[in-house]
Amino acid sequence: MGGRDGDKGVLTQGTRLGLVTVLNEAHLADVTSSQASLRQFLLGLPSVDQVGAEARAATLASRSIKTTAKQFAIDLAISMIDLTTLEGQDTPGKVRALCAKAQRPDPSDPSVPRVAAICVYPDLVSTAEAALRGSGVKVASVATGFPSGRTTLEVKQADTRAAVAAGADEVDMVIDRGAFLAGRYAQVFEEISTVKQACGSAHLKVILETGELATYDNVRRASWLAMLAGADFIKTSTGKVSPAATLPVTLIMLEAVRDFLDITGRQVGVKPAGGIRTTKDAIKYLVLVNETAGAAWLSPDWFRIGASSLLNDLLMQRQKMTTGRYAGPDYFTLD
Amino acid sequence: MVTFEYAPAPESRAVVDIKSSYGLFIGGEFTDPADGASFKSINPANEEVLADIAQAGVTDVDRAVAAARKAFSQTWSKMSGRDRGKYLFRIARIIQERARELAVLESIDNGKPIRESRDVDIPLVAAHFFYYAGWADKLEYAGYGVDPRPHGVAGQIIPWNFPMLMLAWKIAPALATGNTVVLKPAETTPLTALLFAEICQQADLPPGVVNILTGAGETGRLLVEHPDVDKVAFTGSTEVGKAIARSVAGTSKKATLELGGKAANIVFDDAPLDQAVEGIVNGIFFNQGHVCCAGSRLLVQESVYDDVLARLKRRLATLRVGDPLDKNTDVGAINSAEQLTRIRELSEVGEAEGAERWSPECVLPERGFWFAPTVFTGVSQAHRIAREEIFGPVLSVLTFRTPAEAVEKANNTPYGLSAGVWTDKGSRILWMSQQLRAGVVWANTFNKFDPTSPFGGYKESGYGREGGRHGLGAYLVPSERSGR
Repeated sequence: MGGRDGDKGVLTQGTRLGLVTVLNEAHLADVTSSQASLRQFLLGLPSVDQVGAEARAATLASRSIKTTAKQFAIDLAISMIDLTTLEGQDTPGKVRALCAKAQRPDPSDPSVPRVAAICVYPDLVSTAEAALRGSGVKVASVATGFPSGRTTLEVKQADTRAAVAAGADEVDMVIDRGAFLAGRYAQVFEEISTVKQACGSAHLKVILETGELATYDNVRRASWLAMLAGADFIKTSTGKVSPAATLPVTLIMLEAVRDFLDITGRQVGVKPAGGIRTTKDAIKYLVLVNETAGAAWLSPDWFRIGASSLLNDLLMQRQKMTTGRYAGPDYFTLD
Repeated sequence: MVTFEYAPAPESRAVVDIKSSYGLFIGGEFTDPADGASFKSINPANEEVLADIAQAGVTDVDRAVAAARKAFSQTWSKMSGRDRGKYLFRIARIIQERARELAVLESIDNGKPIRESRDVDIPLVAAHFFYYAGWADKLEYAGYGVDPRPHGVAGQIIPWNFPMLMLAWKIAPALATGNTVVLKPAETTPLTALLFAEICQQADLPPGVVNILTGAGETGRLLVEHPDVDKVAFTGSTEVGKAIARSVAGTSKKATLELGGKAANIVFDDAPLDQAVEGIVNGIFFNQGHVCCAGSRLLVQESVYDDVLARLKRRLATLRVGDPLDKNTDVGAINSAEQLTRIRELSEVGEAEGAERWSPECVLPERGFWFAPTVFTGVSQAHRIAREEIFGPVLSVLTFRTPAEAVEKANNTPYGLSAGVWTDKGSRILWMSQQLRAGVVWANTFNKFDPTSPFGGYKESGYGREGGRHGLGAYLVPSERSGR
């Protein structure tokens, strides 16, 4: 971590600000001890002004990322993709095809980086694990009664254990939005920490399903709740609810991980998922990361993009930047 | 850790065609000044000379006022409101069509970032013309009696901070109400007003309805004191405003003055802090702080002071200062060497008086006029930097304990143009807006402008309102009958 430069009083990037007046470390230890204290803490977080948050996201989205910056951003975005298939019609064949794409997104150009992970349903984890072994591409599995989460805690635990046992490196759980909206924060906390235990060494991404939480205040509270309960990543959406990821929602979550690191010293990742289809969109998210949480999050370890069709658009733009021409869609593999 | 460097993304200058010299726009044509005097307009970002600009003298002012008088009595005052509206709509549409050109020219001549001229200034210019175009045929319903009349010839003087936008604030309501105008743009930023003159030609506006005289303070004085000017509208410094008020005293001239400010931006402990920080940044670093309604005094409730300051400093470290034409620039160049000197002097006074000065690390270009975003903490009401308008990217931070103290400190200034209130409590917003002696009070936002909203000040910030239905009043003589 950086520090305060004595001479100029300049804050270097990544400095612990110690936001003592609103939150502090000692406070956090007590926060999770009861429903009452958790509720008091979450409702005491600084509120979000909707108009202001949306205006800030829109301003950042107007950054002009060209030439070398665009090349950098395209490769970074590719390396951050959780290449996803979550359909009832998924088969081992489909998953194997996606795994091949994940390792070598553009068969004609080996300089293209591999994606971060493949994201599948738990029953297809073993297929993906076998196809990706030794490649460096992680296997992520949704779990806990994805996408609605409407099942018992026992089933959610079993779902998680099964995915991890089959070889999942990462688990994408959903929170119980019903419990959250009813104000039963301790229950949501309990579920997340229980699932975190069931994950063992696997990384836990907590899906907030922000489209169902509706307000930015709720997004901020749910982000903190998930981080307090042990989330390694907080993720916007299942992709099954509209709206899925949006720039303002991701902005709020990036502010939350930034402030959480500030207070606790623990860094948590962010994953917007759903609805990010074009290179332009992906670059807007990277600008948001860069100017909100900071450069420390510009890595697949700390920022992921859950997507499927995005990858081919990134490849198309990447090729255009190197050759100066757009190739037709048939020059990029459909998997 | 990787770094995401944004490659230069310069807006193309090819859309603008800057001539080597410009004449005066009188009676629908560009003409040379009688005595041939001229001055230069430069690009404040690199001190490059842009063009030779004619300097209007006494003969030229006479000619321009005469052209405006003739257009008023023979054409414009006789035209139906509906027809005047058609011209204004046409001008508004041409401004939209040529928006890119206007934005680039504004950034070159003024030094403001292209993101602002493109996304704020020029869209608002078009919006003002559209808005007042709509009023032109509805004046009898505006609350000024059944048959309100124009004053006649309006002499208008505008500042350099929003050259094209201030032109729109002046010209659009004047023309909609049937007045003709002689407008003097600021000495350092005449180019967009001259392009606007071309737009008037393109719109086939009758000759003499709009006249543009370039020049410095002396030209402005000649215009204000001209006996055939019926109405004076001025936006600029309080010092010049007072001189204008003195010169029109005892005459039949009407005047509206929009002058300086030292606005308080008040952050309560229950404010949405991340958005409040954005509002603080937008309040004082928008347009390099060259904004009369800038939130130059930050009043923070002591209970959240550390938190707000930490967030603010972290945010300021991400501001991008540099080439105004780069689409990623947040803070551009200071408009002139003279203004830069004033900002430097007052900042040095701030340090000398014991306030703590802080700026984020930023590399400033070598040529041109530049000043890093600056925050002063430990400021009290007694400091000069808390009382005098700096008109630059310099924020003075003060604290308060209670809402009453916030109001007291906010109002304890010779100015009264604007204020900002940041709180989650609706009732407090309403209470504060009643207590604050400021023409504009923003709630959970800052520096937001709209043609439908009146703008203007109390005390040394001037008098009269511009914008909205109220803005029509400055250009109308109410009729005695008030039937409808």
